[in-house]
Amino acid sequence: MAVTSPALAHEASPATAAVRRNRFSFERILSPLLLAPSAVAIFIFVYGFIGYTFFVSLSNWRSAKPDMTIREPFGAVYGDLFGQTRFQIDLRNTVVFTLFFLLMAVLGGLGLAILLDRHIKGSGFFRSVFLFPYALSFITTGVAWSWIFNPETGVNLLINATGVNDILAAYDVGPLNPGWITNPAVVWQLNQPIAAIYPPAGEWSLKLGIPLAMIPVAIAAAWQLSGFAMAMFLAGLGTISHEVREAASLDGASDWRLYKDVIIPLLNPITVSVLIILTHVSLKIFDLVFAMSGKGPGFATDVPGIFVYEMIFRAQRYNYGAAAAIVMLVGVSIVIVPYLARQLKSL
Amino acid sequence: MATLLASATPTYSPRKKSRAGRVVVFTLLVAATLFYLAPVYVMVINGLKDKSYMTLSGMWNLPLYLNGGGFPMAWDVLNPNIWASLRMVIPATILSSLLGAVNGYLLSKWKFRGSDVIFTLILFGMFIPYQAILIPLIRTLDWVGIYGSWKGLVMVHVIYGIPITSLIFRNYFTNVPSELVEAARIDGAGLIQTFFQIMLPLSLPAFVVVGIFQFTNIWNDFLFGVTVVFNPADQPVTVALNNLNGTNSVDWTVVMAAAVLSALPTALVYIFLGRYFIRGLLAGSMKG
Repeated sequence: MAVTSPALAHEASPATAAVRRNRFSFERILSPLLLAPSAVAIFIFVYGFIGYTFFVSLSNWRSAKPDMTIREPFGAVYGDLFGQTRFQIDLRNTVVFTLFFLLMAVLGGLGLAILLDRHIKGSGFFRSVFLFPYALSFITTGVAWSWIFNPETGVNLLINATGVNDILAAYDVGPLNPGWITNPAVVWQLNQPIAAIYPPAGEWSLKLGIPLAMIPVAIAAAWQLSGFAMAMFLAGLGTISHEVREAASLDGASDWRLYKDVIIPLLNPITVSVLIILTHVSLKIFDLVFAMSGKGPGFATDVPGIFVYEMIFRAQRYNYGAAAAIVMLVGVSIVIVPYLARQLKSL
Repeated sequence: MATLLASATPTYSPRKKSRAGRVVVFTLLVAATLFYLAPVYVMVINGLKDKSYMTLSGMWNLPLYLNGGGFPMAWDVLNPNIWASLRMVIPATILSSLLGAVNGYLLSKWKFRGSDVIFTLILFGMFIPYQAILIPLIRTLDWVGIYGSWKGLVMVHVIYGIPITSLIFRNYFTNVPSELVEAARIDGAGLIQTFFQIMLPLSLPAFVVVGIFQFTNIWNDFLFGVTVVFNPADQPVTVALNNLNGTNSVDWTVVMAAAVLSALPTALVYIFLGRYFIRGLLAGSMKG
């Protein structure tokens, strides 16, 4: 709302006030007019294009030649999509990746922020180091970590260096030599337990469990984004007044209690923001996995982002790619829309 | 500082940081530093090695001698793409910053009915997975005649940069006292004059923050680079690096060196202008 100053109205002569009012009404139009190009661009390139993609996801377009006739029955592409084992695997991988990634990035970020909150010598240096990966591209991160988690080198050399494998050999146990991103294993499978209650689950081709290859990818992602969480938490810690801390310490609270009962609860709004932002990043993850492990053995590290890319640009099955992209969008929207709505209310 | 205060006020004793406590904190920070620097170490060290003595089992060892290792070869392979990235990133960053400045000014100082709703709708654009707009985007670029060219990529980055740049500038201008705009009005300055005479000269810090943030974002982009541009020599450096990593014929000292080269511009920006970088990142999370 434009603020009109009452002092101004008294000083101005009626004639100039009228002139100004005219100009003001013109400028009331000028503001939306100047905003229009950006707003229109976003409405076309975001909302219009999403609508178009949704339309493609309902169509018969599955070759190089566009075919926008609606596929019968309505929404059949989605049925096929969710019926595909590969896409089911992608959804499973996204859930597993999100859980591991959030756990590591949020707890790691919070832990680092609390350590730096002690204003120890060199805090500035440490903070810069922890945030540094955020300035790199997902591709660079993926390339570097693909070598570190290459079973023939990297981390496994460090494991060897600890001497663990010599001890294991002494007990005639095979060496600890994880396959990391090359490991197709899916552990803690729930198919059998579920089948005990719900027999059709025994027929599922999807192995409902934890694909081990997804864990190194989550580590790389947490490496890159925990600094962001740390920066957010540090900004939050900076707003907690000294008095709060002193009051708690006068009450004789230990450091542990101070953080657990006072500071971390005060950081709740920040934690929610960090969770929302990182979850949405996780649902969209593409470049990092693409560069680090690709689809992985038996789709062990495949994610919807890669699925969409391959469907559109490799297989030219546009309707499948579009449908999977819409599924990604719905997932992101579930997380982001309430956040934006809350933001709008506070404006 | 804290310990100084504590000794000055002996009547009450705030948390005295014990020596042991500080050693633990410091040790944890050093351990974390090793973890955060390990991939950087691997890239730099192996990029510097000569392929004749590079072995998988010696990944963590330092190079025996310094002769540039994989860097000269990496530069040969990558330099067209580094230039392609620069040619695209610089205009895209400038244009999207200017657009953001205008939008941020209007959305903070010239609000109108529904402007907050429009702002929120614009903001949603920065969260969407871009996969959901790729098909119509490419058809549109093709129709306009800029599909495959760096100009198309500039346009894409400018448009999808509108939400974040508008957000950062809006937050910045909101904190500029409205009295300044009022005073300009009394002097007869309109919306446009106020922008150029009052707001623009004040907004240098915001331009630095947005410029750095957008430079980093656009430089690091991969999805638009790989889908909008198809001529290998015109593709941004992230795409070239990814292709290189997938090629078995290339020695991996070259891949490591290429990873370092492709990260260098944003890494340097971060090292020298990190302060502004953090501000952009916090503003981008909307709690600015």
